[in-house]
Amino acid sequence: MTINKIFNSCDEAVADIFDGATVMIGGFGSYGGLPINLIVALSKQGAKALTIIANMGGVGYELSHRIKPGGYQDSGILFENGQVRKFIGSVPALGGMPPTSPLERLFNEGKVEIEMVPQGTLAERLRGGAGGLGGFYTPVGVGTTVEEGKEKKVINGREYILELPLTADFALIKAHKADAVGNLVYRQTARCFNPVMAMAAKTTIVEVDEMVPTGRLDPEVIVTPHIYVNRIVEVPA
Amino acid sequence: MKDRLDEQTIALRAAREFTDGSVVNLGYGMPGLCANLIPGDRTVFFQSENGMLGYGILATDEEKDYELINASDQPVTPLPGMCFFDSAAAFDMIRGGHIDIVVLGAYQVSETGGLANWGRPGRPATGMGGGMDLAVGAKKVIVTMLHTTKDGGPRIVGNCTYPLTARRCVSLIITDLAVMEVTENGLVLKEIAPGWTVPEVQALTEADIKPAEDLKEIEL
Repeated sequence: MTINKIFNSCDEAVADIFDGATVMIGGFGSYGGLPINLIVALSKQGAKALTIIANMGGVGYELSHRIKPGGYQDSGILFENGQVRKFIGSVPALGGMPPTSPLERLFNEGKVEIEMVPQGTLAERLRGGAGGLGGFYTPVGVGTTVEEGKEKKVINGREYILELPLTADFALIKAHKADAVGNLVYRQTARCFNPVMAMAAKTTIVEVDEMVPTGRLDPEVIVTPHIYVNRIVEVPA
Repeated sequence: MKDRLDEQTIALRAAREFTDGSVVNLGYGMPGLCANLIPGDRTVFFQSENGMLGYGILATDEEKDYELINASDQPVTPLPGMCFFDSAAAFDMIRGGHIDIVVLGAYQVSETGGLANWGRPGRPATGMGGGMDLAVGAKKVIVTMLHTTKDGGPRIVGNCTYPLTARRCVSLIITDLAVMEVTENGLVLKEIAPGWTVPEVQALTEADIKPAEDLKEIEL
């Protein structure tokens, strides 16, 4: 096996993300589990008209100081740069924060489209995309704005709505350790959306705290099997 | 002005609902305070949407680890027996009825237990997060909220006018004035804040409330 998945830099790993691509961004929302270095690399690379699939829309560097002293970059920078056409996720903006996150500002100006998805439905749509399903029926969203335009069905006396799978051209994710073939383990709550996005994208790019030799990770505890991982960049924490 | 309960006391009242051995999810805001307020004689397993079961109290600044946070971005502490999983598994637990109790905040609750807790006028981009999944999937939905808006308007209403999270999902409402049960026959006032009368609470509530036969003061 001669496939080399290891890239020397995040810049090289995201170089071919094209205008109009659909890109999943892992993590949950705030700092833990976000592929911050890959996001920054994509912001420098400059691809435009992107569709971003992520749980949260990012708060942007300015507001991030409220979450972590010193602040950090998140997907807010991609909105600030005008690189995004559409956002799909469960928390485009935080209710508790003033409407100053980059995505909320651009949405209010009519420059970005938002598809609002309940968080569990988002996770399951990703799993549907990963697992080759045509969709699934969920009771979540019945009787709310979420059901608008969707097929409804009564199953065993309960109302459900049809939700469709999500896939992407690229997933940018964060893991704790990778071996050279691309098996991944995560650290604590930094796992979150990363494994299911790794499985749902055509090309999955991961930044890891640490590379280890193949064979070093206990096969019993590997979370993401290597076939879901295409590119690895080590970014020591 | 009469005293109303503070957020800490509302959360403490909610935490008294946690039965021994129950699996509990805490929503954004005031419900998060419950993590530090479990009655001493009980074991509670806190579940979080970002993939964690069995975490402890909120972390102090010295203990902070940004890869050990709850779904409200609060760093928490580890406990023996805790475990991690991904978001899809977290919501299997939630939708699949494996969560005994969820405590959620609310903008409005209706007399039939309808919940509105994610969108409000002028903020079309705020999202529902995991709130819809939790409201639909948890066995028991407890709401902690302030009884009225900043302007003194009612938040416990006949019908929610804010975007709905889920229909007929709330079973207990705990506010700074009252504890109310949602029943087939409407809202039943079970407990009332010290010094307040039923007509005073009713005047601040759009929905009809019926005092329970055993109505008592909220224990502080």
